[in-house]
Amino acid sequence: MNRALEVLATGPLTLVEDLGRPGYAAVGVPRSGAADRAAYLLAGRLLGEPVGRAALECTLGGLVVRARGSLTVVVTGAPAPATLDGRPVGHAAPLHLPEGAVLALGMPPTGLRAYLAVRGGIDVAPVLGSRSTDILSGLGPAPVRSGALLPVGEPGPGGPSVDVAPVAAPPGGAVTLRLTPGPRLDWIAQARRLVDTPWIVSSRCDRVGVRLGGPALARAAAWADAELPSEGVVRGAVQVPADGRPIVFLADHPVTGGYPVVAVVEAADVDRVAQCRPGQPVRLAWTPAWP
Amino acid sequence: MASSADRPGLAPARVLPCGEAAVLVEVADTRSAIALARQADARRRAGSERPGDPWALVGEVVPGERTVLVVLAGPAGLRAVRSDLAALAAVVTAGSAAETTQVGPLEELLEIDVVYDGPDLAVVARHTGLTVPEVVAAHTGRPWTVGFTGFAPGFGYLVDGDPRLTVPRLADPRPRVPAGSVALAGGYSGIYPTASPGGWQLIGRTSAVLWDSDRRPPALLRPGLRLRFRAVGEPA
Repeated sequence: MNRALEVLATGPLTLVEDLGRPGYAAVGVPRSGAADRAAYLLAGRLLGEPVGRAALECTLGGLVVRARGSLTVVVTGAPAPATLDGRPVGHAAPLHLPEGAVLALGMPPTGLRAYLAVRGGIDVAPVLGSRSTDILSGLGPAPVRSGALLPVGEPGPGGPSVDVAPVAAPPGGAVTLRLTPGPRLDWIAQARRLVDTPWIVSSRCDRVGVRLGGPALARAAAWADAELPSEGVVRGAVQVPADGRPIVFLADHPVTGGYPVVAVVEAADVDRVAQCRPGQPVRLAWTPAWP
Repeated sequence: MASSADRPGLAPARVLPCGEAAVLVEVADTRSAIALARQADARRRAGSERPGDPWALVGEVVPGERTVLVVLAGPAGLRAVRSDLAALAAVVTAGSAAETTQVGPLEELLEIDVVYDGPDLAVVARHTGLTVPEVVAAHTGRPWTVGFTGFAPGFGYLVDGDPRLTVPRLADPRPRVPAGSVALAGGYSGIYPTASPGGWQLIGRTSAVLWDSDRRPPALLRPGLRLRFRAVGEPA
């Protein structure tokens, strides 16, 4: 029979994601892809799969799937408590789902996004070489709906070679993000306020970006009334819009923007901010090694 | 506003930091940005065939209004690419300053048929002090150049048009602008590739398909492409 995941419930938001569609920014297409790349890549490695197979990105748990055919899966990222036919199973530990078995992800105690990967990958139709849902541009598959039957591709050779990966769960408390200076650091007055301020993840956070709450960063006098000509934006860019509250851009960030990017979060820490929940404290710190 | 009217005395390029895996080069105007992006893209393509070339690690070359962003896969190769870019930018800036023609290296001129019946035509006329026929004549009278992209897949910010067509954005953006809407804002023109919210002033519509994910290439517009609008009646 054709192997598939039958979706019984999705939780607040479940999307298909892979490494995104690099190379199209010049025609206005964000890269997109898994918000926490490290967790997504770990899932593929644990399954012994080639890099880039699509997985499910489940925000705040609630995903329930039934195996159609015999499947090997793993859950990484936010430690959503998982059950297989009602019995608890391990996190970041490959497991076998016999035909008809039901895997359910609960609400993770910390973190935001769990990744459910399956050997063979989620085999929906790619758009521009990627199966990622991009919530900004609307490219890629629609968000996963309850009742969907997600086809699973052919597994690569090999298979899981470890039983469990001893990875730390995303912290529930304060998170420090390492930064390097961005192209427009001089556009804010008192740049040290960027790293001195205790920021809070606001409720305005999605795959496009995480807005930080706190006192507004004022414009430097030299740029007080200036408009920045639109320029290219990277994943991890810390942009300061008109209201002075920084936004850290994630996977579905716009390709260009007209507000100053004052710093850029290191790639590994973009994965960490993608796991931060609204209300969580965040500190920004300059990377010591920056030349 | 999008490109400097005075060519002589262009400011030298500035190479700006943009994280551990990217660099942003600021140049004097949109034309220089397009020229530098082309040079960088050519360098990237050449490098992709040479193992060990740091440009093989470049994933994106993104022109902005006065900048070019070059994004690598990671920190490796950043220093080499940054210094190559500084050299390319110096050459491009010198070359642009010497040019006397209106637009840089020419490619084909794309013609786009437009029905000029947009809901904001009268507002644009009032704002610019032109009559509606004069607005249409100004919009079709000289070619535009795709300066850079953003906002949505296939959306190009069109520059180098008639400077009289500089109008503000709408105070209240529309929740839904139909695909193919031809619009003006802040000295740019643009065409909405897909139905989306939008704050630009709508002056017309085209049946041209700006974006099709199944087409190769999917985008009708790319930075540097020149296009001319042509006023027509109802599209066939």
